[in-house]
Parts: sequence; C-alpha cells; structure tokens
Amino acid sequence: MTVLLPTSLDEALQMLSEHPSADLLTGGTDLMVEVNFNHRKPTTVIALRQLAELHTWSIDQQTQRITIGAGVPYAEMEHGPLADALPCLAEAARTVGSPQIRAAGTLGGNLGTCSPAGDGLPVLSALDATIHLSSQSGSREISFHDFMTGPKRNARQPGEIITSVSMNIPTGWQGYAKVGVRNAMVISVASACLVIDSGSNSKDNDQPSVRIALGSVGPTIIRCRETENWWNNLPNAEKRSASVIQEFGVRAGQESRPIDDHRSTAEYRRHAISVLSSRLLHRGTQS
Amino acid sequence: MSEHEIYTLRINGDEHHVKDAWIGESLLYVLRERLGLPGAKGACEQGECGSCTVVLDGDAVCSCLVLAASAVGSEIATVEGLSPDGSLTDVQQAFIDEGAVQCGFCTPGLIMAVHHLLDHNTTPTELEVKEALSGNICRCTGYGRIFAAVDKVVSVRLGASQ
Repeated sequence: MTVLLPTSLDEALQMLSEHPSADLLTGGTDLMVEVNFNHRKPTTVIALRQLAELHTWSIDQQTQRITIGAGVPYAEMEHGPLADALPCLAEAARTVGSPQIRAAGTLGGNLGTCSPAGDGLPVLSALDATIHLSSQSGSREISFHDFMTGPKRNARQPGEIITSVSMNIPTGWQGYAKVGVRNAMVISVASACLVIDSGSNSKDNDQPSVRIALGSVGPTIIRCRETENWWNNLPNAEKRSASVIQEFGVRAGQESRPIDDHRSTAEYRRHAISVLSSRLLHRGTQS
Repeated sequence: MSEHEIYTLRINGDEHHVKDAWIGESLLYVLRERLGLPGAKGACEQGECGSCTVVLDGDAVCSCLVLAASAVGSEIATVEGLSPDGSLTDVQQAFIDEGAVQCGFCTPGLIMAVHHLLDHNTTPTELEVKEALSGNICRCTGYGRIFAAVDKVVSVRLGASQ
C-alpha cells in the first residue's frame, strides 16, 4: 500500500492519472473504518487533506449562488455565514455523527461514498446542486440527480476528483429533519430536506413552490416530484391547511422506496417520512 | 510513501519518526503501538466512542479515523501533551474532585474534548456541553459527574479571570 500526499489539485490529478484505481481520502470517516476492520485493502491512497483548493467556499452576492469546496468539513457548515445562507445544510451537518466526526467529514466524502444514508445528500438533491469534478483532461459539472446512480454508486469517472458543489440560495424557508435511534452519533433511519421557493415578490400572485428530497428510504436520494407538483398546483388558499399538510406527508411517504434492513423496517421508514415531511411543510408554511 | 517507509509526525511539539509500521495504520495505532503514547484509547475503531480523541490542526478528531501517514505536516496534540511536566490540568483535577472517573477508559478522550470545548467557548451552556461531549461515550454512566466537572472548571476559570 502506498500513501500519497499531494499539496495541490494539479498534483493530486497527476497522481490519480498515474494510479487510476487509487482511493481518495478526505475525512477518513468511511474509508478508515473499512481499513481498520480489514474490509478494504487499498493499494494506493491519495490523501486530499492538504489541498487548499478543496477547503474554501464562497457566495456570489449577485447571483446568490454558493460554492462549497469538497473538503470543507461539516463543522464549518453548522455555524456562521455558511449556516446563515443555507440553514437546511447547517441542520443536516449538525446531525452528522459527533463533533469529532463533523470536524473530519466532508460533502466531498459524502458524495464519493454516495450512501443513501449520507446526511448531506438530501440537501444537495433538494437544492438541485451541481457537482464539480476535475481531471487531467479538464473539468466538468453534473447535476446531483445524475451523479448519484445507486447505493454507493456515482457517476465519478476514473481520474476525476470531486472539487466542489454549487447551488442557488433558496428564496424561502428551508429545513432538514432526520430520524435515528438517538440524537448524536447515529446513522439516519430516514431523513428529509424541504425547501420553499417563495415565488414572485408581488403579494397578489405570490405562488410558493416546494422541493423535498428523502434520504435512507431508497437506493438513491429520492426527490418527491409528484408530491411537489401536487402541492405547487394547489390554490394558494389551501396550501397551509392542516389536511393538505397531512396529505403532503402521506404522498411523500408513498414516493419513498424503503427496505427492511438491520437499521429499521420499510413500514416504519415510510411512516417516519410521512411525519417528517408534514412537519417540515408545517414549519415552512407557518414561518 | 510506500510500505515501511519512515515518516515523521509532529506530536505535542516534538518530531516522532515512525518506523517499521504498516503504511495503512491509523494515527491511534501508531500513537499507541509505535510511539509509546498510549493515552488515546482504542475501543470501537470506527469513530463512535471518542476514546481516541486527539487534536489535529486545531480540531478534536477521532485518531482511529486518521490515516497516520496522511497526518505528516500536521500538528497533533494528545492527552500526554496537555501538561508536559506530568502535573494535572484543571480539567483533569476537576474530573478527580467531582468523581467523574470510574473505570477511566473514556477519560483521556473526554479530557481532550473538554479542553477543546473550553478553549473555544469559555462559558458553554448545558446544551453546548452535552453536544460537545456527545461523541464521547462513557459506559459507566458517569455523565452527571462529568458535567459537574466541566461546570467546576468553567466557574473556577471565570473566578480567576475576574
């Protein structure tokens, strides 16, 4: 086994082109568990912790578009200006593992592993995030919806490094909720991220629309397009009613595709999604 | 770096050469088994228990999840470095005074986590203390006394600064 420690993105891409099957390491919260338990024996590891390019984030004030480096740890998303811009990401970040894990774990790592239980991924789906990748032959971008192709499967090609994600800051309320067996240090049983776009500024034809994405209840993160369309097309006067909010949750639950596994049952997960979705919509429409 | 290559880690301000190690070893393993620094404890080896907590470039992290060879060039602080002359820090003394140590296995990780918290937040709320220590598992169920120890350090430090 070889460990490579590049200090720039260019150097890392050069190393990756020479070792196309190398494992990329950021926070280590997935890869090192597999190494510690002898479940994986990497031949080459390229550790990205010294790549300053991956550790920055920025907001374009004009376009209200935010770009977050793949190596920014979750701890940095929990508080401060990044959390002010994307409270749903801050809430998701706060549910990741423990403070020690959040100091290490990154969105790039979440995307590289692409577990359906990755806490950051429903946020990227709800915000229609773009994933930015670089290789020696150049860089490309891909929608998150096309990037995650299955459980622990993604569209990253050999020779590519995930460098950042970008998304527009929503104009309305945003929130995240997760169910696990305890508050801290828990892998999600079911999670949901809900974003409201407030639509036109004119009070007369204000038409709020909703985006909702689910985690841990399918082979990929699930965007509830049918539920969104149903709610978006309701007359405004009905959108906040208690019965609509309850039906919204039921519909989101129907769009989930959960399974029974060692962490929970499909039935419980579907129920949890219904409750979480209704709760988020309630919070979002009352605020 | 390839198999069995010697590399150097900077721990508690000193350079340590790591020899005859498998290159895939975690920082926890290297600290304990290669460098004779057994303060960080190994239990779960998957980042769940916090007993291996060290400070890496200013962040409290689980050393079991750090690939040791990837920490070349980083500043590593372990419980051994808190008080180089072997005396107790105020946090360690408060743990003893408040009876926050039972079997002691989780204690070094908790001590590191508490020092890290209080370095960044001199007056944490109860919720902030609980959240900061949520990655450190104590199975002797000593949390009440651990929180009492943190409270004591906070009040003593506040009194000293006034």
